[in-house]
Amino acid sequence: MINKREGIPCMTLFDIVKSFGLKVKTGKDRLDEEVTGGYAGDLLSDVIAHSLKGNIWVTIQTHPNVVAVASMKELAGIILTGGREPDSDTLHKAEEEGIPILVSPLFTFELVGKLYQMGISGMGEC
Amino acid sequence: MKLREIRDILDAEVITGDANLDKEIKYVNAADLISDVLAYSTGPGALLITGIVHSQVIYAANTIELGAILFVRGKRPNEATLQLAIENHIPLLTTRYIMFETCGRLYQLGMRACIEKVKDDRGGK
Amino acid sequence: MTGAGNNIPFREMFHIEGGNFTNAGSISSQVKKILMRAGFSHGVIRRTSIATFEAEMNVICYANQGNLSLFITPDSLKIVVEDEGVGIPDVDLAMKEGYSTANEKIHELGFGAGMGLSNIKNNTDEMILTSKFGQGTHLEFVVSLEGKDRLVPLLSTKE
Repeated sequence: MINKREGIPCMTLFDIVKSFGLKVKTGKDRLDEEVTGGYAGDLLSDVIAHSLKGNIWVTIQTHPNVVAVASMKELAGIILTGGREPDSDTLHKAEEEGIPILVSPLFTFELVGKLYQMGISGMGEC
Repeated sequence: MKLREIRDILDAEVITGDANLDKEIKYVNAADLISDVLAYSTGPGALLITGIVHSQVIYAANTIELGAILFVRGKRPNEATLQLAIENHIPLLTTRYIMFETCGRLYQLGMRACIEKVKDDRGGK
Repeated sequence: MTGAGNNIPFREMFHIEGGNFTNAGSISSQVKKILMRAGFSHGVIRRTSIATFEAEMNVICYANQGNLSLFITPDSLKIVVEDEGVGIPDVDLAMKEGYSTANEKIHELGFGAGMGLSNIKNNTDEMILTSKFGQGTHLEFVVSLEGKDRLVPLLSTKE
């Protein structure tokens, strides 16, 4: 996928993992997923309403419903912030559905800020 | 950064009429859950970026002495929340931008969180 | 897939236990699997899954228990949810984005933001919501089938 505005390729999950040294909990084989933009938040219905296909979802929610939502909306993956770990049901479900889950020690505001500076936008297209 | 500048960068609407837009905001926290708001906001006078519109957010704001609350995703506080905010002199703003974009823009302009990351024993690097 | 002929819709019913957050999402997941096995298009599956998920969560969050039925006909996918519980005193108010009667536990799980019903409305072609306050709520919604999706129920009943 090429950035429609500037003609450069979209970032992938691998680029993000590498830049931030994120722990990859699931989806090691899906890191070439292209990231179309970012979505941050912990209210699941808001994610359902506003997130876009290919977005990377930044959240603190660790229960299995995050996998259902990510799968429904075809998100590129989930980054848990504040060093949170997905619970075991969540891991299991993510493996089944092929949803990458990554972990960052940074808190949401900081991680999003850094992702934004990398070029990931919250305005829709990458 | 002053609340006025935050309003301008995010095309935000000021909901509480008498908000002091010259108020200085030093730190920002972004959270959608009350428990998260309470756990990680330590600096008084911080800005909370949130999608929580129910009145618990004002009780939380009082507990941690928040400077202002900015609702994202075009959300607006319900009536109870608005009344409580007015009584407690907490400025409320709303922006149509989503949390990701809101955080990104403020970070780009130098705003930082109250705490940056968890200590290393909790999965940090 | 059951259904003796083209005119009898496929039907499957699921029970939802109110307050049981452990298995939350499992019903909508089963519905999604049925639709995927049947071979419906991507868009139809996504829209139906989203609406079913929100409907399931509403029963878990706000009712004592409920039944969710999936009907598949050549023209449409229909979900009917009948629950027992306090019901909704003002349906118009409940439909407003942001309106919520969620308790703390529900909020902390990330639900109760008041977007569920509007997510259902925005992902379906028809929606009916009625309630008897003190007894329960009846919700039904339809996703219309177009083009190739209209052939799917016919093909499946030829097994």
